[in-house]
Amino acid sequence: MTGATSKGPRWALWLPLIVFAAFVVLVLFGLFRPADREVQSAMIGKPLPEFALEPAVAERPGLSSADFRGEGPRLLNVFASWCIPCRIEAPQLDALSKAGVEIHGVAIRDTREDVEDFLSQYGNPFARIGKDDLSEVQLGIGSSGVPETFVVDANGIIRYQHIGVIRAEDMDLIMAELRKAGA
Amino acid sequence: MIAEFGLAALWLAAALAALQLLAGSLSLTRGGEGFAAIVRPAAVVQGLLALVSFFALMVLFLRTDLSVQLVAMNSHSAKPFVFKLAGTWGNHEGSMLLWVMVMGLAGSLIALIERRLPERTMLATLAGQAFVSLGFYAFLLFSSNPFERLDPAPPQGAGLNPLLQDIGLAFHPPTLYLGYVGLSVAFSFAIGALITREVGPAFARAMRPWVLGAWVFLTVGITAGSYWAYYELGWGGWWFWDPVENASLMPWLAATALLHSASVLASRNALRAWTVMLGVVAFSMSMVGTFLVRSGILTSVHAFAVDPERGTFILVLLAINIGGALTLFGLRAATVTEGKRFALVSREGALVFNNVMLSAILGIVLFGTLYPLVTEAFDTRVSVGPPYFNPVSAIFFVPMLLVLMVGPLLRWRRDNLSRLRRRLVVPGLLLLAAVAALLAIGGIGVLPFIGLALAVALAAASLLPLRGRNLRRTPIATWGMVAAHFGIAVALFGAASESAFTKETLVAARVGDVTQVGPWQVRLDAIEPVAGPNWTAMRAGLSVRYGEGAVRQLKPQARSFWSPPQQTAESALLTRWNGQLYAVLGEEGEDGRWQLRLWWKPFVTLIWIGGLLIGLGGVLAIVAHVANDVRRSVAREKIADRRMRQGR
Amino acid sequence: MKLIVAILSLVWTPLAVAQDSVPPAPYAYRQLDDPALEAKAHDLMVTLRCLKCQSQSIADSDAPMAGDMRSQVRQRIAAGEEPEAIRAWLVERYGDYVSYSPRVTAMTWPLFAIPLVLLLVAALLLRKRFGRNVSE
Repeated sequence: MTGATSKGPRWALWLPLIVFAAFVVLVLFGLFRPADREVQSAMIGKPLPEFALEPAVAERPGLSSADFRGEGPRLLNVFASWCIPCRIEAPQLDALSKAGVEIHGVAIRDTREDVEDFLSQYGNPFARIGKDDLSEVQLGIGSSGVPETFVVDANGIIRYQHIGVIRAEDMDLIMAELRKAGA
Repeated sequence: MIAEFGLAALWLAAALAALQLLAGSLSLTRGGEGFAAIVRPAAVVQGLLALVSFFALMVLFLRTDLSVQLVAMNSHSAKPFVFKLAGTWGNHEGSMLLWVMVMGLAGSLIALIERRLPERTMLATLAGQAFVSLGFYAFLLFSSNPFERLDPAPPQGAGLNPLLQDIGLAFHPPTLYLGYVGLSVAFSFAIGALITREVGPAFARAMRPWVLGAWVFLTVGITAGSYWAYYELGWGGWWFWDPVENASLMPWLAATALLHSASVLASRNALRAWTVMLGVVAFSMSMVGTFLVRSGILTSVHAFAVDPERGTFILVLLAINIGGALTLFGLRAATVTEGKRFALVSREGALVFNNVMLSAILGIVLFGTLYPLVTEAFDTRVSVGPPYFNPVSAIFFVPMLLVLMVGPLLRWRRDNLSRLRRRLVVPGLLLLAAVAALLAIGGIGVLPFIGLALAVALAAASLLPLRGRNLRRTPIATWGMVAAHFGIAVALFGAASESAFTKETLVAARVGDVTQVGPWQVRLDAIEPVAGPNWTAMRAGLSVRYGEGAVRQLKPQARSFWSPPQQTAESALLTRWNGQLYAVLGEEGEDGRWQLRLWWKPFVTLIWIGGLLIGLGGVLAIVAHVANDVRRSVAREKIADRRMRQGR
Repeated sequence: MKLIVAILSLVWTPLAVAQDSVPPAPYAYRQLDDPALEAKAHDLMVTLRCLKCQSQSIADSDAPMAGDMRSQVRQRIAAGEEPEAIRAWLVERYGDYVSYSPRVTAMTWPLFAIPLVLLLVAALLLRKRFGRNVSE
């Protein structure tokens, strides 16, 4: 009854160590190659969903998905007057607009006065600005923050998503993505 | 001055740990026996020095000495006394110091009182303890010095995260640390036993009070943490399967398995290798948990002090300690025999089943928590949450509960289930009654349904070991077991009931409006501003009434702290015997209405009452074992005494 | 009294909770009138991840975007959409990250294999331990 023979195979004794080694490898990977913590949109390569937004300000028309058809590519910039980083990317958007890129804005959860103040202070690079009070378009294109910028080609297909501020050093990247999308 | 004094004490403690390790290791070699005399005194002094160092830091926090960087970054002179005190350990460096302090004191205590183990195993254990401690001393001294000066000293401290300025949270993390550190003692015992190959009942008995103590602290810590999340986060949830919560659950699961297998080893001299492995695994889970929380490698709602450098340091410690221990296990376990045999239907059999199921749940929680990291390595992000953990852990939890109903009634070694048939009639009938009642109520999800029905049956079954006994002469250990198992039934009932019967009402209310949530009538009487020492708030006055009962008051607040600036919702709770009314004040809308969030949660408090019962069971078990040990050693002395006299 | 409120609100509106001055979406903090539909929406919301938060479901968060997502969910449920269709709609946009309930995919199958593996190992362990005792 007190038999000492009831052991499993020897290799089973090394199982805990193997599991532990796998854990260490895994977290080393996670520590030294931290994954992108941004939430990427899964809509890249897919057509822009249908939408039609009211104008956000008096001097620009509203925005609908139809405005992205024909003679592209265009930029779709998700912004808000209450978003402080959006102020930082204003000069870059301005430069893109001056370079002939058509930029459409989607103002998230914003009031007309605030957007007008924002545009008069930081410049208005937008051809059209839609007012997205319920984040419907934002949810529709898989955007999870402001600012974000999407490259949309002439067929209304989303080609690229830029998460966060477009900094001066990101300009080449944006131009390259625009070219890839057919500019 | 105090800071330098504390730092000096810390260095000295580290030096003594090195001495303890060296002398302990040498004493195990041939010809090195002379070093044995140093080991115990070194352990005692090391613990005391660590304590002195911790006190020094505490004094710095109480004085709000802003020339110390850690104090400046985590405290504020406007903070109430308790929170200044809690500031000592409410940050990374301080909590690590608390960790080594408790670990050092535990070492002192073993060195002073533990006399049952063979001396060589004891020396190996103390050397192992010193080895683990040294890693943490190095961590503190080289990477997270709590006594770092700041020059020039800032005029005002940055303050403690307002979410942490809460009496529950001030004491929740240290409770968990005590649990983690207690498991480090079990770990050291396991190492000691593996080195000398002396794995037997004496080892299990020496280890058991530490495992039980650690387990009680973990139980209480998790219970308190869950209650804190429940009332502080302001949405009425009490368990989110968040990585940080899982990090505290995993050591608990391992410790639960360990204390059950240790009891088999202590009473029956069986499950030797398995118990040793669990001793290693339990502490591994503590360190893995600490690593996951501190490195910020996983996204968590409770994240604090996220820092990859610290993560790397803890990972290195982890790799050395755990990797080393598991290698030792692989080398030595084959020579540790499994011990006495037993039948499937026996007390041991039930405990083995419990151990296997607990280990499987542990595996699920570990795998599910880490899996997002696996997919991130392939640039895909996934979320693993309650819809995964709840049903998948239930696959193992439900059979475990079923066995739990009969396990404590079984005899050791070999038993017959048919013997128990009559005793199980009452739980069986209750189970059927519960199922019938729940079917009559209807509309209950599958898992809450199973949970409620099983909880009722388990509550009855867990009391069966007391049946037919003279309650006054029932051993305390039996009371402990019954309390803990009954506590599981109670907590399960609370959790299932919360999930099945909660009523929620969200309204935008004007002053004077009346609304309904479950059986409650709630009237918004007033909204008024209030101020505290370091916050201001808007407070709602609510008159609430249960059915036709008396009118009572609830005052939830929307609170804003100014150093550092942060908003919190201070929920207001009203507890009845049959549940809790939970009220939160949200924002004011444009039309002057205020957001009110109201929940009626039937029997929700049972979750934490159950948790405390489980902890109480652990306390009773400790009392029983310590009393037993004392009785035994007294008896042994008497026998020795008598022999001496007879010899004369 | 009014003045105190005004001063207090100066201190505490700008940060954390609401950066924007727009009122929350219609169904962010409002339940559906039909309790059955609300229950359906609630069960879905607790399994959707708030994308702006650390680790919270949209049912547990004060972030404005979580409010917008709650509103979306409630409106779609009210319009008769099935919860799983809404989940799929969100996953199509944000990937599997948005759902706390993992699907079986090429990436996630090990999550569902592991319980089976553990069951198997548990059965083997128990068999090893007790298998031979039958003949004893």
